[in-house]
Amino acid sequence: MNLVEIKDLRRQFVQKNGLFGKVAKVNAVNDVSLNVVHGEVLALVGESGSGKSTMGRLVAQLDRPTSGEIRYRGESVTSFTKQQLLQFRRRVQMIFQDPFSSLNPHMRVRAMLAEPLHIHGLAGSRQKVGARVEQLMAAVGLSPTLADRFPHEFSGGQRQRLSIARALAVEPEFIVADEAVSALDVSTQAQVVNLLSKLRRDFKLTVLFISHNLAVVQNVADRVAVLYLGRVLELAPTEELFRRPLHPYTRALLSAIPVPDPTLRRQRIVLRGEIPSPMRPPTGCVFRTRCPHALAECATAVPPLRQLADGHFSACIRDDLMVEARPDTAPQTTTADRVIS
Amino acid sequence: MIRYIISRLMQMLPVLFIVSVAVFSMTLLLPGDPTFSMLDEHATSEERQALRERLGLDMPVPVQYAKWAQNVLSGDFGRSLRNGEPVIEMLMQRVPATTQLAIMAIILATLIGVPLGIISALNRNSIGDVAATSAGMFAMAMPSFWLAMLLIMFFSIHLRWLPPSGYIPFVKDPIASMRLMLMPTITLGTVMAGLILRQTRTSMLAVLSADYVRTARAKGLGEHRVILRHALRNAMIPIVTVVGMQMGTMLGGAAIAESVFSLPGLGQMVVDGIFNRDFPAVQGAILVIVTFILFLNLLVDIVYAWIDRRVSR
Amino acid sequence: MTELNQSRADAFEPDQVDIADPDTLALSPPSAPEWRIILKSLMRHRLGSVGLVVCLIVLVTALFAPLLAPYDPAVSDYEAILTPPSAEHLLGTDDLGRDILSRIIWSSQVSLQVSLIAVSVAIVGGSLVGMISGYAGGWIDDIIMRVVDAMMAFPSLILALGIVAVLGPSLTNAMIAIAVVNIPDISRLVRAQVLAVRHMDFVMAAKGVGAGRVRIMFRHIWPSVAGNVLVYASLSAAGALITESSLSFLGLGAQPPTPSWGSMLASGMQYWNAWWMSVFPGSALFIVALGFNFVGDGLRDALDSRIVD
Repeated sequence: MNLVEIKDLRRQFVQKNGLFGKVAKVNAVNDVSLNVVHGEVLALVGESGSGKSTMGRLVAQLDRPTSGEIRYRGESVTSFTKQQLLQFRRRVQMIFQDPFSSLNPHMRVRAMLAEPLHIHGLAGSRQKVGARVEQLMAAVGLSPTLADRFPHEFSGGQRQRLSIARALAVEPEFIVADEAVSALDVSTQAQVVNLLSKLRRDFKLTVLFISHNLAVVQNVADRVAVLYLGRVLELAPTEELFRRPLHPYTRALLSAIPVPDPTLRRQRIVLRGEIPSPMRPPTGCVFRTRCPHALAECATAVPPLRQLADGHFSACIRDDLMVEARPDTAPQTTTADRVIS
Repeated sequence: MIRYIISRLMQMLPVLFIVSVAVFSMTLLLPGDPTFSMLDEHATSEERQALRERLGLDMPVPVQYAKWAQNVLSGDFGRSLRNGEPVIEMLMQRVPATTQLAIMAIILATLIGVPLGIISALNRNSIGDVAATSAGMFAMAMPSFWLAMLLIMFFSIHLRWLPPSGYIPFVKDPIASMRLMLMPTITLGTVMAGLILRQTRTSMLAVLSADYVRTARAKGLGEHRVILRHALRNAMIPIVTVVGMQMGTMLGGAAIAESVFSLPGLGQMVVDGIFNRDFPAVQGAILVIVTFILFLNLLVDIVYAWIDRRVSR
Repeated sequence: MTELNQSRADAFEPDQVDIADPDTLALSPPSAPEWRIILKSLMRHRLGSVGLVVCLIVLVTALFAPLLAPYDPAVSDYEAILTPPSAEHLLGTDDLGRDILSRIIWSSQVSLQVSLIAVSVAIVGGSLVGMISGYAGGWIDDIIMRVVDAMMAFPSLILALGIVAVLGPSLTNAMIAIAVVNIPDISRLVRAQVLAVRHMDFVMAAKGVGAGRVRIMFRHIWPSVAGNVLVYASLSAAGALITESSLSFLGLGAQPPTPSWGSMLASGMQYWNAWWMSVFPGSALFIVALGFNFVGDGLRDALDSRIVD
């Protein structure tokens, strides 16, 4: 069943320049329709400016959409009352990108982890709260003796673990991880990603995993959605996407992932041009200005996201390209490349 | 640029409006019937009623305000409750003294503060620097009325060089006028000198370690040139800003200096007006002072924007 | 385009390896509460510690005035009018035969009272206004800031004079006036801090956890703001002291027989030859004002160095 249903979601930012200046409008998220299946890890990938972080905030209701619908367990999230919103926040939690600004520098860890409990009326006696705090810290792999420290005493990776612990405090069922590992160095990324996978299994979590790093995504996600300038260009199960990418953008992305095998010969697809300004996106297909296979028709209308194989959707009008799935565009992964737990 | 001036003017209007409302409502906010404060206890109820009607206190508040504002804009600030003199005339008589005092104080403060600040910055952590910085701190903490009294005790009582009070308009006799103004100027300018010294030192230190100064030095320019042309010019911006912003505070301190030295200025008009319960005079003087400050701030902003453009170009 | 790919080569950077080793972390002692760190830093600061000592002396003097003052400050000794400093009256007597040393000691109560109470009220009021304005934004912010701008257009003494003119001369009204005069500056300061902190991730995270507006304002935003407010408080204490003295000097603050350094100086103006009437109260005032200023500077440096950390 679908835990989250997103339909025609749009988020527009308006920027005024002074009293009489020009008004700039940006559609950070542009007519996106997606579902998140209960129990899955859905990855949202894209460059910066693709709208993935905005999507995360919208789903977690930390930002209001301009138009469109978000349904959680069938109920429309945007029309929640205060009470309903509070309940929603028990079920849905978010983990942020920057470990250095996502923890209150003036709050000790204990207070920070206990706060969600107090807000949602889950706190009992001081002992009970303390026990829960220790439980949470242990669950993310941190020693409970550190509960009385301040965030600045921890490293980046440890802080992200604390963020995860905070998110888990209310026993949520859905986690939005907004670039949760992007600010960490590679080996720490591995540790945190492993932690997330483990927690997902242990607590039966559904995860919306936002990232710009396809390699990480491959290890963690069940399905992947590829975003570009606020639109979904491709959506498929992970293995399928990596094995048989259908959209030209996805193919280019995958071709650029480095692979530690010097003998492997691959065709690297280089995109022309620069990413267009989000304030003036191209008409029709947003990718056409850089697409090696663009035609004149690509400018006339926005290509709809069509199902081309089982569970595999693509937003491109070039059916003729879909047939040939070039095997060498998919990076070869060996067991050595898989993240060491 | 014009657009900037216009937008700043537009921003100033609501503030000016609120200020005028605040000044106007001084009489309204008096606890109890304002006529009780303005007339003494022996006035009859008919006299009170007459005063009430004369002041238009019967009418609804917004109407009173509108009438008052209308009068003010056409130059009618009412009449002094003490001697019936038109307040506008009193104001015009008082402006020269305050203006002269303010100008002299700023000049003094700048002449002392800027050079000392520069020297301090150039000889950082030397004895000279420590002495100057300490002097600056002392100057900023000094209560101005005590300084005034010390000056009088020394120069008037002890040395008998300067009279302790009195005023001669500048246009009548410049030298004598400035001589009478000397002690008030020192009183008023000392605090500001301390502020300017500190700000100059901070700015110069920041600027001297900046890249473009290093570039100038690397080009082989003489040290004097480097300091005067490059460093100082850019350091002046925050200094000018601070001076502009402190003008307001200084005009407040003028009230004290004018009281101590019996100078017929706007500040003294406020203080005397409070003692005499002469509210039209108080309101008029305060309104003029604050309006002047608002326009001065506007001017500082414009000058700042103009300098900024030249620098960034 | 290239940012989309994480180079696997990065994995071989040795200095980037992050080892989550709770045992090594446990060896370093936990951080002390913040205010203790600040206080320590302040005490190490040369000027700041001097200022602290001065403040302590004033506090002790004010609290134990009845014990410390040799004479009753309101009692006149008509035999000893305008006597210079002597063994009996260490700092001399005034025009009503009152002992100046005792009056100076008792004045410390007035000054401390006014500074502390007026500044505290200003902090509470200004912080509330600043936080609401900064957090709410929109038209609420616009209107509040216009009013604040209007108040700031008045020189502080003039505004205080205006308020006292309306309310009448008394020490309480002087306190009210000083509090009101300081509110705009504090509002501005707090608002600026709130604007800086408002968009930080941890505030959004608090929202995500379900925190309501009030909790966010007081639990998450205020702690980041409080430091600067503290510095400003000490600096405005110095200004409050001077303003109260100025008002008392003009006769609009402390009313007789309550002694205040300002009013003592005003009496001194009538008897120039009795220099002890002017020099001593003025010196006391000056020293205390310096002390407050030093503490303020010390706090500012202490907080700046913390930010560097």
